[in-house]
Amino acid sequence: MTLTFIITAAVAIIATGLVITGRNAVHALLYLVVSLLAVAVIFLILGAPFAAALEVIIYAGAIMVLFLFVVMMTESAPIPRAERRPADAWVWIGPGLLTLILLVELVVLLVLGVPGTAGSRAVAPEAVGVRLLGPYLLAVELASMLLLAGVVGAWHLGRPAERADPRPHPPAPAPRQEEARP
Amino acid sequence: MTSIPTEYALYTAAALFALGVTGVLVRRSLIFVLMSLEVMLNATGLAFVAGGSRWGQADGQIMFMLVLTLAAAEVAIGLALLLAVHLRVGTLDGDRLSRLRG
Repeated sequence: MTLTFIITAAVAIIATGLVITGRNAVHALLYLVVSLLAVAVIFLILGAPFAAALEVIIYAGAIMVLFLFVVMMTESAPIPRAERRPADAWVWIGPGLLTLILLVELVVLLVLGVPGTAGSRAVAPEAVGVRLLGPYLLAVELASMLLLAGVVGAWHLGRPAERADPRPHPPAPAPRQEEARP
Repeated sequence: MTSIPTEYALYTAAALFALGVTGVLVRRSLIFVLMSLEVMLNATGLAFVAGGSRWGQADGQIMFMLVLTLAAAEVAIGLALLLAVHLRVGTLDGDRLSRLRG
């Protein structure tokens, strides 16, 4: 069991390292999804299946889709990179292999029995729900207000400009495609 | 069934958090900075869940859910700001957003 944890942690750390050193934002996003999935497997090993499900659904699902949309809206790529450099078409190998490791671990865990669900330290979703809507009810309300503020703020920022700016901005400098590497 | 030592999970969380801090400090592309922030919040959630798992209480997972809410709100605002910056300035390079410098 400790071995499973160490492998998963290694996958998470490797994927995160590839995220922060990545050059292409979409490739970095792929590794970020792998990192989040690895953390979800860690949650499962730690005996927190509800947190693992939330991690996959909200983090690796919803938030990463938001990131993907923004990357696609901001990156100007007239020619698909995969068509210019065929090697780029194989970039999914890295995330795919890391995810395969996670999948094998998950199958092993499910076949051998997930430790958290049987161990004494496991916390079932029922306990989480009862505690969440009991002593933590105020925190839930505060979280809902935070989300409301987030929605309003995002709407305000994403609104199209109503009036023309009297002082036009200077012409935008050409966006640098890659960061300068030392 | 042996359980995982809590220290291992905390070491992993610390490593992930350090990687996120490194990304925030090193990268200049705003979208990578936001991704590193996500990594940091995720590491925080891992630490919470590890702590809750240590005592067998649900509080760790509840704090993780609150961190998740915070991350969702933060990423919505952050990405909206990023799109606004992209529309106005035309770049996502943090070094070029220096018009406020006196």
